[in-house]
Amino acid sequence: MDWMIEVEGLVKTFGHLTAVDGVSFNVPKGEVLGFLGPNGAGKSTTMKMITGFMAPTAGTVRVAGHDVDQQPIAAKAQIGYLPEGAPAYPDMTPLSFLNFIADVRGLDSATRRRRLDYVIANVHLEAVLEQSIDTLSKGFKRRVGLAQAILHDPPVLILDEPTDGLDPNQKHEVRGLISDMAAEKAIIISTHILEEVDAVCSRAMIIAEGRIVADGTPEELEQQSPFHNAVLIDSRDEGLAEALEAMETVSLVEELQGGRFRAYPTAGQTIVAEIAELIRQQGWSTSRLSVEPPRLDEVFRNFTKTKAGSGGKPGAKNDAKNNAGEAA
Amino acid sequence: MATTWAVFRRELKGYFNTPLAYIFIVIFLFLTGIFTFYIGSFFIRGQADLKPFFNFHPWLYLFLVPAISMRLWAEERKSGAIELLLTLPLSLWSTVLGKFLAAWVFVIIALALTFPMWLTVSYLGQPDHGVIIASYLGSVLMAGGYLAIGACISAATKNQVIAFVISVVVCFLFTVSGAPIVLDFFAAWAPQALLDAVASFSFLTHFNAIQNGVIDLRDLIYFVSLIGLWLFANLLVIDLQKSS
Repeated sequence: MDWMIEVEGLVKTFGHLTAVDGVSFNVPKGEVLGFLGPNGAGKSTTMKMITGFMAPTAGTVRVAGHDVDQQPIAAKAQIGYLPEGAPAYPDMTPLSFLNFIADVRGLDSATRRRRLDYVIANVHLEAVLEQSIDTLSKGFKRRVGLAQAILHDPPVLILDEPTDGLDPNQKHEVRGLISDMAAEKAIIISTHILEEVDAVCSRAMIIAEGRIVADGTPEELEQQSPFHNAVLIDSRDEGLAEALEAMETVSLVEELQGGRFRAYPTAGQTIVAEIAELIRQQGWSTSRLSVEPPRLDEVFRNFTKTKAGSGGKPGAKNDAKNNAGEAA
Repeated sequence: MATTWAVFRRELKGYFNTPLAYIFIVIFLFLTGIFTFYIGSFFIRGQADLKPFFNFHPWLYLFLVPAISMRLWAEERKSGAIELLLTLPLSLWSTVLGKFLAAWVFVIIALALTFPMWLTVSYLGQPDHGVIIASYLGSVLMAGGYLAIGACISAATKNQVIAFVISVVVCFLFTVSGAPIVLDFFAAWAPQALLDAVASFSFLTHFNAIQNGVIDLRDLIYFVSLIGLWLFANLLVIDLQKSS
């Protein structure tokens, strides 16, 4: 496999503080990798090292085959980067700012015109092209930053919170834009918003205290949820809880308020059909029978609240992934 | 080279996007006028030269140039734009150079707008134009020296006020090391060689030499290498911050 981004043993310390603590992963073309993690987990710092803004304390980063430390200009030419907070030059207009980026990126005049048209149309900047950037709303500033990042059609995109500060419609548009580009690029985004991971990411990584604590597809991560495939039943009938507990595939029955029960399956089992069958056989009246919706946020909370939470399944999965990467 | 040019153009335009440029130019012209005509007694001297005009340039630059240079990097660091700039495919040299050259050209524009002085003195008498051209060149080089110092110091902080104050202090040292107030202190006990060494660090010594109309290679080398050294320090400061 051709890796577009190769990160190996990345460490960053600030004095006594270890912001990033041995992060390794690879991203191929066509993958949208979502960085999830609480504030200060090391997401942004990792991005700053991939893009060459910060030098790592240890470890290496290669972008499209170029070592970011050894060949910074070649590597940076392959990257489009939206830094945290989407900084720009406040006294420039979006148009002059994008022209400056085109100058620095060395776009010839035909490419420049084509890309400017594309970017302005797709990020919806037409209305503010001649307004100075510091008078723009947060959403427009973010879009200017995004426009700047994709202007040269880079094979690698690093977007630090690309939808922060956008309203729901704008979020939807930006996600659509990212999804449209996904097939041709290797993309890393960081986000707090878990639904965004479901919407755009083909792979998600939970980072806590500078370490990768979970790595997999969003579906795989959802399976780590304690509520994965759990079933909710509303029923006033006697003996329901006992009957559920008696089932082999049910590991635990929890009684919630108002005659609601939550049944947890034993690992890897799907129990909703069996429970439905049981209810029908017993002739119980249930007002509700539903599978818990996938909850990435529970997974996220589980992984990030336990301090040194690197054990268990996700760690093993992570290793397997990396080994596969090295073998390729 | 193309990237230096891109940075240069953006920076220079940036000056004129804000009131800063106009305020600076107006104040610069106003102060040169005051210094020349009132304090320098331009008319009373009754000589057709621009000595009273150029004599005050070091002292004017001492405060005005750090006001230009303080924002060069500090503002960028504060706004976060530096993260954008340093992740573009630019060599650090082209960024440092582009920024410096833009600031320098800006000061040169302000200096060029003092041309009515030259016209006035030409109208009133027959000045030595060679000396005036040499003095302008010396003034440009000296402004470059002050700017390079200020640029390097601006790179070390994100606070523009701190950048300004430290730049003024360092520029002051580079200015007064050639003034009698310092040299007299050394003259009493130090050997002549040390005295010359201290004086040779000063902008004043070299600027005065050029102002006399003689462009000595040593004075040129002094200014050019001073600018080069401070810009190199500027580059190191930026590079060091990458790993801190």
